Amino acid sequence: MPDVITSNRLADGVVVFQGADGAWTEDFKSAAVLADAQATADALSRAKRDEANNLVVDAYAVPVEERNGHFAPKALREAIRAAGPTIRRDLGKQALGQAPYSGPKPASEAEHVSL
Amino acid sequence: MYHYDSFDAAFVAARVEQFRDQVARRLAGELTEEQFRPHRLMNGLYLQLHSYMLRVAVPYGTLNSTQMRKLAEIARRYDRGYGHFTTRQNIQYNWPALKDTPDILAELASVEMHAIQTSGNCIRNVTADHYAGVAHDEIADPRPYAEILRQWSSLHPEFSFLPRKFKVAVNGAAHDRAVIQAHDIGLQVVRNDAGEIGFSVYVGGGLGRTPMIGRKVRDFLPERDLLGYVEAILRVYNMEGRRDNKFKARIKILVHEKGVEALREEIEAEFAARDPRTLGLPAQEVQRIRAFFALPELEPKKPVSDRVERRKGKDGRFASFFASNVVAHKAPGYVVVTVSLKVIGAPPGDASADQMDAVADLAEDYSHDEVRVSHEQNLILPHVALDDLPAVYDRLASVALSTPNAGGISDIIACPGLDYCALATARSIPIAQRIAQRFGDGPRARSIGPLKIKISGCINACGHHHVGHIGILGLERAGEETYQITLGGSADEQAAIGQMVGPGFSSENVVEAIETIVDTYLGLRRDEAETFLDAFRRVGIAPFKEALYERSAGSDI
Repeated sequence: MPDVITSNRLADGVVVFQGADGAWTEDFKSAAVLADAQATADALSRAKRDEANNLVVDAYAVPVEERNGHFAPKALREAIRAAGPTIRRDLGKQALGQAPYSGPKPASEAEHVSL
Repeated sequence: MYHYDSFDAAFVAARVEQFRDQVARRLAGELTEEQFRPHRLMNGLYLQLHSYMLRVAVPYGTLNSTQMRKLAEIARRYDRGYGHFTTRQNIQYNWPALKDTPDILAELASVEMHAIQTSGNCIRNVTADHYAGVAHDEIADPRPYAEILRQWSSLHPEFSFLPRKFKVAVNGAAHDRAVIQAHDIGLQVVRNDAGEIGFSVYVGGGLGRTPMIGRKVRDFLPERDLLGYVEAILRVYNMEGRRDNKFKARIKILVHEKGVEALREEIEAEFAARDPRTLGLPAQEVQRIRAFFALPELEPKKPVSDRVERRKGKDGRFASFFASNVVAHKAPGYVVVTVSLKVIGAPPGDASADQMDAVADLAEDYSHDEVRVSHEQNLILPHVALDDLPAVYDRLASVALSTPNAGGISDIIACPGLDYCALATARSIPIAQRIAQRFGDGPRARSIGPLKIKISGCINACGHHHVGHIGILGLERAGEETYQITLGGSADEQAAIGQMVGPGFSSENVVEAIETIVDTYLGLRRDEAETFLDAFRRVGIAPFKEALYERSAGSDI
């Protein structure tokens, strides 16, 4: 399964993703999608160097999958992390146009008619 | 309320500067994350799902208006314009930058606040009944004892590296509003036959993955022995608590594995072996601290207000608010007002900076400058003159804080869950929002009566689901959120762990399941006076199981 590499920026904690050039980006859509385990291992070791250089903390690989022609995190936890709180669409990456094209389900039942 | 003396002020200021230096060294690369992490946690700074999170202590839930305004200012200047009040009577900011936290802590110190003891394996911020000092049924105000424990425990060198975190709660009234039996140590203020103040002492309560109700180890601990006895408990725990397994490291496991009798004997032996001259609590010191918490001078008033009665007669919403969010103060003609942070459809416990400012203004104008934070994630205005209630209500309504639902089905405790928390396995806030939207705060909610729903987004149980009348635990199964329901839990003096009703429900169906439970209760209660919990205790879990799994479509997991 393809991966992207994520971490939090040390100075402000903002969630970042590793881009194709190895630099960190706030926008999930600019993250490098790593096709195989070797590519993930190489990217992760680069990320660990950035940890050692105090740029980021807690780097790890996030499995992603293709949905409607775009990559998105597979796990709900990572989908929320890449987009922002599902209960506050005005916060996090989703508010800045930096979320994956396909975000987490809202978990609301706005369409449900209360009796 | 308590005010810092020169020692407190110097200590907190020194701590801010120490952390400023640690942050600077971390940002300069002189400290690794591994080296820095314990320092940031000791100052309440976590790394959460989206960002850092700063947990600020509100000792025993008491704030003045200056402090509340400072919390609002921090929310605006350093965060995203809001804060989240927690089940530990604290406030959390969800988006602070590491580089700003020394300045935030300096701002807090300027109003006698800090973020110490909100994380790590130490004695955590001591909590207390949110009606402390004003409750009708109070034996004595618990806050002086909570403050004494705070002073004694802050950075206590012997107890800063315990096997695990350690939570103490103090309750001063006959009715337990501080959930003391779900704490590592629960202290219930009591009087003996001679009228002297002391404590019933409970040990080993806790929720999390192994929920346990605290066991009583002392019926009556004299006031002067408070610190000596608490120290004895902590010494036994510090020596014998399991450091080999994080999940078995709380004192509740020690109580469970050794048995309460054996543990009591050890505590008593440790207590007897101490030099009684070293850690007695001098009565004059208790008096000195108690004076900080003296009831403000309240001008005598009529117990019934014509203004309130007239408004109740013509404004149903106000009448509902009066019925649910207002309780009598011990001084006639005054009331204690619950400001519900459970606005229908909003995240439980969240308050915007503007709302915090509005509550601060109300505290200053109408409540002798005092606000409380409850473990139920609401705010309290503790000293409101009955005549002022319509004005207070109108101003609350102007900032969307007049929801008339305190203690009802939509007054739901919910942890931040997977929307914010790195440990969570499922979302909890959206479930609370949907339940609140389903039942609302109108006639239907009122007909259901007192009902406490508590929701946690993982097994760590920050949302106290085990002690909810209806508890909901969010888990993840095969990539999907699933919700287990427990019934019959209770957080008061008759504390109980809820019983699991059966297989879990999907996010889509969990609200329907709650509705089935509520409808079952409404169908079997003897009359409107029989609460959900009373009815559950009478009939047991069987009718609810049957309704959920046999008569309806049942669980979908």
